[in-house]
Amino acid sequence: MYGKGWVWDCMSFLAHLINGISLGSVYALIALGYTMVYGIAKMLNFAHGDVIMIGGYVVFVAVSGMGLSPLLSILISMAACTVLGVTIERVAYRPLRGASPLAVLITAIGVSYFLQNIALLVFGSDTKAFTNVVTLPNLVLFDGELVIKSVTIVTVLVSIVIMAGLSLFVKKTKIGRAMTAVSEDKGAAQLMGINVNGTIAVTFAIGSALAAVAGVLLCSAYPSLTPYTGSMPGIKAFVAAVFGGIGSIPGAFIGGILLGVIENLSKAYISSQLADAIVFSILIIVLLVKPTGLLGKKVQEKV
Amino acid sequence: MALLEVKNLGISFGGLRAVNAFNISIEQGQLYGLIGPNGAGKTTIFNLLTGVYRPDAGSIILDGMNLTGKRTIDICKAGMARTFQNIRLFSDMTVLDNVKVGLHNHYTYSTLEGIFRLPRYFTVEKEMNEKALELLSVFGLEQYADYKAANLPYGQQRKLEIARAMATAPKLLLLDEPAAGMNPNETKELMDTIQFVRDHFHMTILLIEHDMKLVSGICEKLTVLNFGEVLAQGATQEVLNQPEVITAYLGE
Repeated sequence: MYGKGWVWDCMSFLAHLINGISLGSVYALIALGYTMVYGIAKMLNFAHGDVIMIGGYVVFVAVSGMGLSPLLSILISMAACTVLGVTIERVAYRPLRGASPLAVLITAIGVSYFLQNIALLVFGSDTKAFTNVVTLPNLVLFDGELVIKSVTIVTVLVSIVIMAGLSLFVKKTKIGRAMTAVSEDKGAAQLMGINVNGTIAVTFAIGSALAAVAGVLLCSAYPSLTPYTGSMPGIKAFVAAVFGGIGSIPGAFIGGILLGVIENLSKAYISSQLADAIVFSILIIVLLVKPTGLLGKKVQEKV
Repeated sequence: MALLEVKNLGISFGGLRAVNAFNISIEQGQLYGLIGPNGAGKTTIFNLLTGVYRPDAGSIILDGMNLTGKRTIDICKAGMARTFQNIRLFSDMTVLDNVKVGLHNHYTYSTLEGIFRLPRYFTVEKEMNEKALELLSVFGLEQYADYKAANLPYGQQRKLEIARAMATAPKLLLLDEPAAGMNPNETKELMDTIQFVRDHFHMTILLIEHDMKLVSGICEKLTVLNFGEVLAQGATQEVLNQPEVITAYLGE
């Protein structure tokens, strides 16, 4: 009996851990959008979380409404979010380039509410049941002692692939180099012939496409969709980005995974009501000890 | 027709006339010096030429193209490149990548080709690598290609800035105090580099400098600026012997 109970404890811990990693991967995908935009445009795009929600609704309409295949729906959703992200940047943020960071921040919050209310207007406030787009069989291990949902595995794998691809893209391509150059010194980049606005637009496009993927994975794992679906994961992903060191791509990934694991284990072993409080307390502690986040670089003011 | 023809250029910051009625004419292949006491407006002129500031008077013509009031990137594409008084390399990027940023507008493949690594991505990146390495070897920096730019010795960072500017394939190269912070040996080496760039690339160069040895050693013509206005202009030795230039530099 003792042995059986120990195995069960072990398995349930593993299950919580794996679910945490999966949730964390979604945070990481969203955090990538925050961190890239911050790194390059030096602004916090608080509407990013709501782009996820729009991505979710697009897939919902495509799959449940129009009966399209999940894969095609995801591609449509990525395209829609890319257009949305670039439009938001063009209409709301570009005119404010060079304005005070506070003005940009307030605009971003405004855009966030705008998107939520558009969704409220179009889709209503009722919760939509989202069909899980991952239709693979679940993974059953240890004679059924441990069952891992296929969506969990797919989420983790997709995030790892995207993360690796994005790192390669930023390091190894022309546009990636332009992004790095703009993030280091906008003025010098411009004088070398880099189109700063264009580079920022590409950054928004990539971040928003990733948000669409994150939206689909999030709604598949937690199959309910409301106009506010994106806001809490958005804020948590922001926390993850800061936690890992805002501006750093690997930082966003590590921050996201850690946050997801901490949140899930707190829910399982401490209290599900306190989980969010614990997550945010950890953020505060990390920032007190290391204000730049785990992988953040110390910014030296030029004198 | 001169390569660079600037007429009556001016700009004010609030009540301060920082540059007033500035004229300069630089022939193809010339090595031209812009000197003057601190605060005379030399860097402001560079910022006007490269579109960082918009002039409120005058015109800038490069190789027959009117660049007055154009955007920085268009001016860069039209053939003006510069270095900075305080080195502004992309210090976290490698030496090679710094040069490749300079090459940005001369090689094309789309973002999607980059994301999905289609064949053109590989061919174009390979060409860029070769071109960047070629430029680095011209400046004797090829062995540092994989170093972070920030980790280069100071003198080499100055050279890398020139290499990066040359990567944009300019017609006119602007050097803002290239010898700042250098010891006499490094300055000597820099003079050789500048002359080499002029001869090897048939480049036209306008440089701001305080080091009189450097200026009188390599510049063919000089413009002296004082309080935003041209004080003297002409062949280097003649200009340096004019009494008002000596006064401006050394006081009464």
